[in-house]
Amino acid sequence: MSRVEKLRGSAPGKRHNARTVAALTGNPGCTRRAVLDAAGVDKVRLAERIGFPGAFGQSRFALARGNAFEAMLKADDCALLRSTLGAYVGGYEDLGADEDDTLSARHSRTRALLRSGAEGLLDHPLLTLDVAGQTVFLEPDLIAYQNGSQLQVVEIKSFAIIDGQADGTAVSSAAVQAAVYVLALRRLLGDDRVSHEVVLVCPENFSMQPVAVVLDVRKQLSTLRRQLSRLASVSSLIESLPASLSFDLAQPVADLVSSLDALTARYAPECLSSCEMSVFCRDEAAGRTAVLGRPVREALGGIETVDEVLALASGTREPEPDQVEAAALLRAAQRLRDEAL
Amino acid sequence: MSTLVALARAQALAAGRAQPITTVRHLHVHDRPLVLIPLAMAGEANAPLAALLGSAEDQPRLLVVSQPRNRDERFAFFAALAGVVVPYLDSFAGATEAVPVDRGRDVRHRFVDAPQIWVPNPGGADFLRLLGRSTRFRRTDGDFPVPPAVPRLGQWLTFLASSAEVPGSSLLVNAVQALTQHWATGQSSAEDAHFGSLFAWITDGAAAAREAENGPVAGPATDPTFDNEILAPLITAADPALTGVLRELLVPTWERMWKSIALLRTLPAGARVASRWDSDRDAYSAYVEHLIEDGSPQPRRDGAVAAAARLQRLENAAARYAVQRAFDDPLVMAEHRLTGQAFGALVTLAKADRIDDSGKRPVLRPRIMVATTETVRVEPGATLTSPSRPAQKAKVVSITPTATSTDVVLELSGGMGRKLVAEPGSVPAVGEQLLLTTLSEAYRPGAAFPDPDETPWTHGGPPTHHEVTPVE
Ligand code: SF4
Repeated sequence: MSRVEKLRGSAPGKRHNARTVAALTGNPGCTRRAVLDAAGVDKVRLAERIGFPGAFGQSRFALARGNAFEAMLKADDCALLRSTLGAYVGGYEDLGADEDDTLSARHSRTRALLRSGAEGLLDHPLLTLDVAGQTVFLEPDLIAYQNGSQLQVVEIKSFAIIDGQADGTAVSSAAVQAAVYVLALRRLLGDDRVSHEVVLVCPENFSMQPVAVVLDVRKQLSTLRRQLSRLASVSSLIESLPASLSFDLAQPVADLVSSLDALTARYAPECLSSCEMSVFCRDEAAGRTAVLGRPVREALGGIETVDEVLALASGTREPEPDQVEAAALLRAAQRLRDEAL
Repeated sequence: MSTLVALARAQALAAGRAQPITTVRHLHVHDRPLVLIPLAMAGEANAPLAALLGSAEDQPRLLVVSQPRNRDERFAFFAALAGVVVPYLDSFAGATEAVPVDRGRDVRHRFVDAPQIWVPNPGGADFLRLLGRSTRFRRTDGDFPVPPAVPRLGQWLTFLASSAEVPGSSLLVNAVQALTQHWATGQSSAEDAHFGSLFAWITDGAAAAREAENGPVAGPATDPTFDNEILAPLITAADPALTGVLRELLVPTWERMWKSIALLRTLPAGARVASRWDSDRDAYSAYVEHLIEDGSPQPRRDGAVAAAARLQRLENAAARYAVQRAFDDPLVMAEHRLTGQAFGALVTLAKADRIDDSGKRPVLRPRIMVATTETVRVEPGATLTSPSRPAQKAKVVSITPTATSTDVVLELSGGMGRKLVAEPGSVPAVGEQLLLTTLSEAYRPGAAFPDPDETPWTHGGPPTHHEVTPVE
């Protein structure tokens, strides 16, 4: 049993997908998440078990609509998808069937098909990516469209594009996820074989009619590369942990919590929408300026805790040498607030 | 985020209670607002599930789409919504007042009041914008005719949503923004977006806020667990209990909305709030006129010139609003004092009768000297204003640091009457405490944009007439 498997315990491992890679790179300084993800720990169940459940469900209405939209596009040999993409030639192959025991078979089949360069649509290709020194499989949810000499990532999303505009958060998370796929495909085939322009297929206006829009993900790619390189090698991290550490959900809650305590977290409010551990981490970070968000923390001169901030502002505490400037600003702010209120 | 507001957040966290960040109210609060809480159907593009609305707290009207995919039901919902909202909006197109224009040579008329709609959050305002988009092009004839009130509702919602983008406008207000403008909580802005939690921070404190996080949502999105466990079975079974369930879900938000309005009402209004409401009444009056005379719906997208002009209007409005808030509110001005854009000072010398006769004719140019211990980040030659005498300009003549403070000599012009002797009280006297700032309320003329008809096609003109296409 590997060290990683020991950490996870008896539960089956969770695999990475584009969303989890995106979330991981969204907070590259967080050891806690890096280790839990590397070990494939089911964070939803872990958070529930220790009494800090989050709300990460998906509405079945949204799921149903997404599925209906996708099914409609793929019906009759992808007739509608083809006409939306203008991709009339070539075949359609679904590498589907998301089962653990077929992983390596699917991966080699994906490699063979993609490398052959044959024109057409390839659904659910199984990709790999190096994340924090580990090779992880990516749960595929994309179509690779081989068009001439280049491969394009096609993502089907069910949020609407209305008069050429869509919900900003939805578009930007789609772009980051697509960038993860582009990166994985490039690692496999080489940079120039995979386009940095990805195609998003969404319902248009208030109908179910599909529309294709092209997103340039170069910016997301470079952020992703940079963040991935910042992720410390997770294996050496895991090596340095005490051998008794485990996230086996069968353990008593107190043991789970003390295992979590051994992993340094870096909570920020963004975690609330991207990490299943966020309610626990927020509680743990109580009293720190980080819980107020990065802009607030910065405006407070990066001072670590709220108590320190207030003590510096009221002058009851002498600033450390590197806090002198921040302390002066805080004292002025305090004086102005007192004067006006 | 200014350090002043950040400090208020830190104080709120320590105290477990939200802290005020203004001393006055910066928005107009209507005597008869219409509260509208929309709920959307997850997964659909802007399909309504329900709305709780009304202009009296004790008479909420609940509208429900019990089968969200049923087209007829959806349109019945739009018609019912229009039946409440449009008469409310129309009800202000009554008495008018004359406003002098062109330096008093002419007058124009505007309505003495205008509507004000409250939604819980920015998402609610956005939902109304898209609702406007999906209904304003509807035809009242043809294959799928709708009652005339439906496209009219769409036009109104589009108008309101676009006015909500103008900083300082109070025609369509979202409660989250209105509250966060006046109070700082001890949580992040992401958490403030949850209306229930924000409201609890202000009224009951931190513990209640945490509690409220798990309470009913304020829409327009519903909670996925609610969708899966409660809503889905009710819809599948066409269970008449749905209405009651939705009412129960919406009522807490309804109550908080009215309490928020009442709470904001208790704050004294800033001095310039009324003039911004005047602009809102102008906008409302102009739109009523448009509906009577032309009646065409807003285009799907602005042309290039219209978009650029609009962007500039919004930028001007933002700048004006920021200055007005600072002039109305010492606590907002304090943010500028902290950055050195404003400073408080004591008048130490004053020569109120100083005449400058170096020009063609003599002019009154009093000089004063002020002393301040605050940071002064201005250069000689800069023009300052004081909120207590907004019509008066103070030019910086010299800045001299002393052992304990900074002496600033200022030359005054304007706001002293038309004679060579200053009106009493118009020149600050020795001993008076003054606030001086580089912020200015002076009108800044916008750039001239070409007439749409003369715009080269590369920039979007000449305009094609917008197509009035029925929406799919
Ligand atoms: S919620 Fe906790 S574990 Fe997750 S990324 Fe944030 S700090 Fe790390």
